[in-house]
Amino acid sequence: MNRGKTFYHHPPGGVDPRKLSGWLLVIEGADSSGRSTHVNLLSEWLEEQGYAVAQVGLKRSTLVGAELELAKQGNVLSPRTMSLFYATDFYDQLENVIIPALRAGFVVLADRYIYTLMVRDVVRGADPEWLASLYGMALVPDAVFYLSVSMNTLVERTFQARNQLDYWESGMDCGLSRDWFQSFLLYQRKIRREFAGLGKRYGFRVVNGNRSIPALHRELVSLTRGVLENPA
Amino acid sequence: MNERPKPDYPGKLVAVEGLDGSGKSTQIYLLHQWLKARGYRVFFSEWNSSVLVKEATRKGKKRQLLTPTTFSLIHATDFADRYERQILPLLRGGHIVLCDRYVFTSFARDAVRGCDPGWLRRMYGFATRPDITFFFRLPLETALGRILEGRPKLKYFEAGMDLGLSPDPTESFKIFQGRVLDQYIAMVDEFGFTEVDATLTVHAQQRTIRKILQERVDLAFFHKRYAQ
Repeated sequence: MNRGKTFYHHPPGGVDPRKLSGWLLVIEGADSSGRSTHVNLLSEWLEEQGYAVAQVGLKRSTLVGAELELAKQGNVLSPRTMSLFYATDFYDQLENVIIPALRAGFVVLADRYIYTLMVRDVVRGADPEWLASLYGMALVPDAVFYLSVSMNTLVERTFQARNQLDYWESGMDCGLSRDWFQSFLLYQRKIRREFAGLGKRYGFRVVNGNRSIPALHRELVSLTRGVLENPA
Repeated sequence: MNERPKPDYPGKLVAVEGLDGSGKSTQIYLLHQWLKARGYRVFFSEWNSSVLVKEATRKGKKRQLLTPTTFSLIHATDFADRYERQILPLLRGGHIVLCDRYVFTSFARDAVRGCDPGWLRRMYGFATRPDITFFFRLPLETALGRILEGRPKLKYFEAGMDLGLSPDPTESFKIFQGRVLDQYIAMVDEFGFTEVDATLTVHAQQRTIRKILQERVDLAFFHKRYAQ
């Protein structure tokens, strides 16, 4: 099935959108919204159905993945430097993993995409237009599934997963509150608001993420089936 | 950057641009020495030098992992780090900041590599425009001669080998530098470069740029307030 792909503004140099087949499916959602679990389940299901799958996510590039992780430990980079560092990580994976996989007709499952990066930066004061231009060479996904979870679910899952709050997920660098829990709530609410805005702009399919893992998986499978069977 | 908002800082930014071999690094070094010796608040910053991203750049270049896009982004990351931690705070603190290469280096090289010029300009849109950008201009052959006469081993990206212009590094370097020069020349008016004839002697060039600096910048303002 070769229907080509589109890019938000223009493709990176040397990429012919008509030569891209396959599918790019993105799962977005807050930290602890269950994203990674569902990416893995969906990946297993796709392989069972006979689709070749490639997975991408944040901080996974060969080029700067490790350096980004290191930079995060120290909290010494300015927000704009972080933006550009993450953009480097993103484009490395776009050009070296996503695009080659699509040329070969794979299904690429992205555990988060440019939207998480934009939302985090906007909350930290970045100009949305600057970000839209920065990510203008991103491939438009075939579908973005956004796992929407309530604050209660989010709090519960965060503690279940780690028993403690994470500095960045609590937005402690944003100076919202010195109280970690309070900061977590304020930060995650801001993130949700931004995601809601982006969802409209970029056509997210919002999925209720408060349900059980099997129930949510069934819905994601049915949505995925729809995407694979009905080329746009 | 094209809109040129009036800078809201008391410092002055001076950048030098030009081809490899144009002598710009020597010139800005001499300018720096002179300003320091005269007791001015002055700071020097170099392209691609921030500690944090240096490692990634080094790895990417060595293993040839970089595409034109990521090559450009990693330099932008480096620049943003230096800009927000050093350059802008120093300008706000009332310093003369000297930059050996500025965003125009990326505009020239990355455009030759195929990056979209509009994308590059928007990405660097946060960077203030220098008060003076000295462009050290000389014929391509002269610049090539200065670099190549020592028969150096050209580095992969330095020679533009990633562009596939020629399998021979020297040949590739020549074509690449020629295209970079075309980009610089096209930017002279766009960004108001101050051209310096880089075929003149080192001394004559230095005299010229010191004179221009004195005409355009009120140097007295930059005297150190406290004796050291």
